[in-house]
Amino acid sequence: MNDRIRNPRDFFAGVIFLLFGLCAVLVGRDYPMGTARSMGAGYFPFVLGVLLLVLGAVICVKSLVVAGQKLEPIGLRPLLLVLMAIGAFAASVDSFGIVAATILMTVIGAAASPESRWLEVAVLTIALLGLSVGVFAYGLGLPFKLLPF
Amino acid sequence: MELLADLQLGFGVALTLQNILYCFVGVLLGTLIGVLPGIGPVATIAMLLPATFTLPPVSALIMLAGIYYGAQYGGSTTAILVNIPGESSSVVTCLDGYAMARQGRAGPALAIAALGSFFAGTVSTLMLAMFAPPLAEIAFQFGPAEYFSLMVLGLIAAIVLARGSLIKAIAMIILGLLLGIVGADTNTGLFRFTFGLPQLADGIGFVVVAMGLFGFSEIIANLERRANREVVMARIKSLMPTREDFAASWKAVLRGTGIGALLGILPGGGAVLGSFAAYTLEKKIAKDPSRFGNGAIEGVAAPESANNAGAQTSFIPLLTLGIPSNAVMALMVGAMTIHGITPGPQVMSERPELFWGMIASMWIGNLMLVILNLPLIGIWVRLLSVPYRILYPAILLFCCIGVYSLNNSAVDVGLALFFGLLGYLFIKLDCEPAPLLLGFVLGPMMEDNLRRAMLISRGNPGVFFARPLSLGLLLVALALLIVVVLPAVRKKREEAFQE
Repeated sequence: MNDRIRNPRDFFAGVIFLLFGLCAVLVGRDYPMGTARSMGAGYFPFVLGVLLLVLGAVICVKSLVVAGQKLEPIGLRPLLLVLMAIGAFAASVDSFGIVAATILMTVIGAAASPESRWLEVAVLTIALLGLSVGVFAYGLGLPFKLLPF
Repeated sequence: MELLADLQLGFGVALTLQNILYCFVGVLLGTLIGVLPGIGPVATIAMLLPATFTLPPVSALIMLAGIYYGAQYGGSTTAILVNIPGESSSVVTCLDGYAMARQGRAGPALAIAALGSFFAGTVSTLMLAMFAPPLAEIAFQFGPAEYFSLMVLGLIAAIVLARGSLIKAIAMIILGLLLGIVGADTNTGLFRFTFGLPQLADGIGFVVVAMGLFGFSEIIANLERRANREVVMARIKSLMPTREDFAASWKAVLRGTGIGALLGILPGGGAVLGSFAAYTLEKKIAKDPSRFGNGAIEGVAAPESANNAGAQTSFIPLLTLGIPSNAVMALMVGAMTIHGITPGPQVMSERPELFWGMIASMWIGNLMLVILNLPLIGIWVRLLSVPYRILYPAILLFCCIGVYSLNNSAVDVGLALFFGLLGYLFIKLDCEPAPLLLGFVLGPMMEDNLRRAMLISRGNPGVFFARPLSLGLLLVALALLIVVVLPAVRKKREEAFQE
């Protein structure tokens, strides 16, 4: 890590704010601004975007001067596998149905914890299948596609 | 007495078999998630929102409200018995509650917490019933300028009350406002920041953001900590507090109720702040502050009363002004909108059965909670021994189903994934997500009222200072801002959040 960044948590937070601010100003540059009396669609987002850029810059600069806590290490396994499990649900629920989505999500999601045991995961998957089909699809009548065919 | 007639109407609604049942389901679920760390009321209410589609609106709102205040009761149980705050509003209860439990006095601590909560719930429900109608009268005089100033006040209060760095909290709110205006512009119909996705035309769903920031990211962070929750449960000998316990705690309960109820009304407030403030006050005025942290019963009584009072009174701005004061209330706005009710002062006159039914149900719910919590405490504690590795895949799945079924949209689940990642980064970078969520809800309302106010005043920003109500609100906001940057107060604020 660069020694000049004395407060990495603030520094990266500032970077996130800068990115969002930049995005707001760039994407919104073509929206009509209007006048103060009759504001166009671009007025409010532009003001917010600029404010965010200023705040992000201040946070970043301050983080080079005032020391703060170090970053905690990022646990890649839970992060990636939980996100993958959600992604698998999103990708499969419309095309393959809720049964496949439940199985995929539970198995991938369970892999995120090193404490998971496969027998337990199997039982859990069956129990959750019962819930998602029995309670959500039939009980509450949510309009799910059940199976791929 | 009009109040009596109104309350009678309310109890008539709340005491139907169906509504009693939904109230019970709500407080039961609330207690459950209150006991379980790692899942809070925001994610739970978001999860259950689709399940309430088919219910009548009154029943749906009664149940969802029950989850919120039920969680305040449940959170205290685990705080006292195992030193784990089930909810963030019970963090301070751990200090003296667990100390009491180690001295073999878990029973009295639990009993005082439950009775104090019940008292606070009763008083603040009455306050809600008494103060909401006059406040709604005032709200009818609000024009766009007043609404805008009120929201400014709300956002500034949220900044002041957020933990950690002030400037980061401000940036989080602005980011929230910005995310809130994604979608078709209400005035001109222009699609803003939709990146060509038709699903974003209506804006990003509130549940999507809440689930990502509070549901998914929490799960990831919990898994990472891999905290071995060694549940060393304190034994409960007798629930009955001694006469000395009562003598020591009744004043603390009164004070806690007062502080909690007041801070709950504030925009940006709610249950969490009240409990911290109440604990700090008790410690300050105690003859012997060193007892705190070593099992002082006032240290349990005050914050537990305060968080319940605050949970109750935070409904006041929502029901009278239509403005949510915290993340849970923002979800209630969503729930009301789904059922075709626009939150605001007109709810009370147009749907009195809804308004008074909800209020009456809160008192009934509080009564149920005392019964649920005291005799059944063993069951709740046993729940803690369910390992997290079994719990989290279930939570994950329910979150996904909840997000998906709002619009039957897989894109929403994908968006929630993005916010989950963002929320995780925010946890790592010490950025509190609650102000973002508040800004997100207020964003469109704020822009709309700003535009209207400026249009009426022909582009003269002086309108915000010329109207007395608007000026008053802005002055309060300014005072708050000045107070918080004063060095002395700033130091105190940091201390308060550290305890």
